[in-house]
Amino acid sequence: MRAAKHVAGLLGLMFTSGQALAAMQMNLSPGVTSFSQGAYDIHTMVMWICVAIGAVVFGAMIYSIFTHRKSKGAVSAEFHDNTAIEIIWTIVPFLILIAMAIPATKVLLAMEDTSNSDMSIKVTGYQWKWHYDYLGEDINFFSNISTPDAANLSTNASVKKDETYLLDVDNKLVIPVDTKVRLLFTSNDVIHAWWVPAFGVKKDAIPGYINESWVNVPEPGIYRGKCAELCGKNHGFMPVVVEAKSKEDYVAWVSGQKTAAAEAAASAEKTWTKADLMSHGEKVYATACGACHQANGEGLPNVFPGLKGSAIAVGDIAKHIDVVVNGVSGTAMQAFGAQLNDADLAAVITYERNAWGNDTGDVVQPSNIKAAR
Amino acid sequence: MSAVIEEHHDHHDHKPSGIGRWLFSTNHKDIGTMYLWFSFVMFFIGGAMALVIRAELFQPGLQLVEPEFFNQMTTLHGLIMVFGVIMPGFVGLANWMVPMMIGAPDMALPRMNNWSFWLLPAAFGILIASLIMSLMGMGSAPNFGWTFYAPLSTTYGPASTDYFIFSVHLMGISSIMGAINIIATIMNLRAPGMSYMKMPIFVWTWFITAYLLIAVMPVLAGVVTMMLMDRNFGTSFFNAAGGGDPVMFQHVFWFFGHPEVYIMILPAFGVVSQIVPTFARKKIFGYSSMVYATASIAFLSFIVWAHHMFTTGMPVAGELFFMYATMLIAIPTGVKVFNWVSTMWRGSMTFETPMLFAIGFIFLFTIGGFTGLMMCIAPADFQYHDTYFIVAHFHYVLATGAAFSIMAAVYFWIPKWTGNMYDEKLGKLHFWMTAISANVLFFPMHFVGLAGMPRRIPDYSLQFAEFNAMASVGAFVFGFSQLIFLYNVIKTTRGGKKATDQVWDGADGLEWTLPSPAPFHSFTTPPTLK
Repeated sequence: MRAAKHVAGLLGLMFTSGQALAAMQMNLSPGVTSFSQGAYDIHTMVMWICVAIGAVVFGAMIYSIFTHRKSKGAVSAEFHDNTAIEIIWTIVPFLILIAMAIPATKVLLAMEDTSNSDMSIKVTGYQWKWHYDYLGEDINFFSNISTPDAANLSTNASVKKDETYLLDVDNKLVIPVDTKVRLLFTSNDVIHAWWVPAFGVKKDAIPGYINESWVNVPEPGIYRGKCAELCGKNHGFMPVVVEAKSKEDYVAWVSGQKTAAAEAAASAEKTWTKADLMSHGEKVYATACGACHQANGEGLPNVFPGLKGSAIAVGDIAKHIDVVVNGVSGTAMQAFGAQLNDADLAAVITYERNAWGNDTGDVVQPSNIKAAR
Repeated sequence: MSAVIEEHHDHHDHKPSGIGRWLFSTNHKDIGTMYLWFSFVMFFIGGAMALVIRAELFQPGLQLVEPEFFNQMTTLHGLIMVFGVIMPGFVGLANWMVPMMIGAPDMALPRMNNWSFWLLPAAFGILIASLIMSLMGMGSAPNFGWTFYAPLSTTYGPASTDYFIFSVHLMGISSIMGAINIIATIMNLRAPGMSYMKMPIFVWTWFITAYLLIAVMPVLAGVVTMMLMDRNFGTSFFNAAGGGDPVMFQHVFWFFGHPEVYIMILPAFGVVSQIVPTFARKKIFGYSSMVYATASIAFLSFIVWAHHMFTTGMPVAGELFFMYATMLIAIPTGVKVFNWVSTMWRGSMTFETPMLFAIGFIFLFTIGGFTGLMMCIAPADFQYHDTYFIVAHFHYVLATGAAFSIMAAVYFWIPKWTGNMYDEKLGKLHFWMTAISANVLFFPMHFVGLAGMPRRIPDYSLQFAEFNAMASVGAFVFGFSQLIFLYNVIKTTRGGKKATDQVWDGADGLEWTLPSPAPFHSFTTPPTLK
């Protein structure tokens, strides 16, 4: 009796508490867009058709297993062919398949129609972050996981594990609601896949290709997803977070971004103190460099070189700047000149030359980077 | 009576002795045995890797391995299970059973048979060596998934990728030679009176599988050769920066990869089609439709490859074509399942271990078939693609499908191989432990996949915790249950209740007319068919 009460209480909790429900999600979510609703409807239909066919086939099998057994004195029949029934069970599935194909085709055609969009955003995959470029708006930024510590066995334990664990970023992709946003996908290195389940959009970002899709989000909110195509070591630490804002809020956000961009440009002009460069550099290092070279600068033996005491980090400054700005072709070392501004680059190079006992005392200013570009 | 026959045959059995018997063997039974043991050993190695994966995924957070090593585990687990367990397992069964089923003295090309086996330990030695080097801190083992998509495996691949390429070449050569041998045997060495439409279904399915192998293994060799060129000789087949095309890699890979899926399942259909009639004591229902269905599946397998690539941005016409073509596969596959059920219908069934595994196969493979049908619907596949839903799907068809059928086949034929009956109690225990734990392991993967968990990630957020914990518990029970199988097989080879020649009272076919254990050289003169 007490146990029954507990079960009833638990069930009640499950139905009343959204969190408990979310924790037990077992099915596709209908999502918020026409895409995800279309995928959900066709998923539901095909699943129930499969369940029905399964019930018939497994039902017949189970009946046979319990009835036609030797221990119950069953004697085997002689039949082993029946053309009529074979034709029936070829044609009936064919008709069922046509019934599935028609709605599937309709949904697919609607999804692939990217015409008449209101705005376009170019999404570029990098190992292991996303870059968003608002075409025609002069807004572009990187979106990194906001807990870089999670990607390492030694530091992972310090990160809190909750429902948004590994699903938070520093800069969200912001889009307006009730707007047809065309998304263009490409990649800077390996193949990634941009996926937000609530939108029903999953598209590969492939180097040398530009793929298209679109979203039209009806409700303001935060929508989370992940990279879905294995893209190397930190594939599991490459979230996608989209914030849909009301049209007014979106306009305010755009002007805020433009002000911030102007401030960043001004900061590249000034001369920084070493302490400022070091503290800013540590932050940049954590998001841009730490995934490979590790927070302690030691890298991963034979996979990613260490920077602690390395010939580049304590050697010639010009060479160091060149490697960071232009990358090393044929390796995983990217050209960060395209990803970071002069102030960020100056800060991170200063940091690398002075952290972990690399005490060169060198200071690199944004003007040095500008000159080297 | 049987004792007299055994003595008579012993007299003619010139078994070579010592290690030379195995190294230089040209005997289809010895080579078949080696293939099966190789597959068994690889099953435990690949399985141990799966347990590393499941242990890491038991709860959110990184507890045991670095993400880099996790990727090496998923990659090698996939490669070993596909190329080291399922394929050699079926070739081993073909080696043992095809000559005996068609009344042949041996395989048609016995020396090539030896070579095609001995390439395998070399191939997997190279592959596993790269993991050992990784464990010793010298670079990384292949870490790009068993599908090794470029450019992750080319420009961004670890140094060991070249070992991997050489290893895949060796596996390919081995498979092609094995396939040629099986085709040559079936075409040339059938006993008088055994027309094609009288061959046992297992022989038919292997005959068709062998053609698939010959058609697609060179494509795999081609794709890894292009990788080798890109990595070492400055070509740009798959490098966009040099004018190459990363998507072409996927087209070429899946043109191999999709028929490969059927290479791993058609022989399983054959095994089940031998076992179900035996234990239902009734002829297989719709023999000719079984043959035609197998051939149709093989044909369709060549025109559906891009359903693995719906998210790569194909033109909508391409998506529709591959969606429709894939849906068609459900028809011949359905015919097979209906035929098995009809074979059981009004039979006189008993449920020894082989039959249990065969029935388990039909149930669980069909579930995998249903999820396959769901995934061929392109708009829904955008949600399923690269999630745990597909992981659930292909483990239902490969683990509880192909691997179940190999286990069924071992229990079915081991009395013929060793002359001893296996321990039925242990066999049944093994079946129930395996079947239940497999579902605890793989069924929750459907849920986490639909809820949005991508595959090949070492860590996840809290909402996926319950089902992942459940899957991990299932995985460990599944893994350790296989020790029962190992023990039972070893016990059977050492002794046990003597098997009769026919072994099963519903057994029908030439292999059951031979003494148990089958003599070293069988059918030196062709048998006559009734």
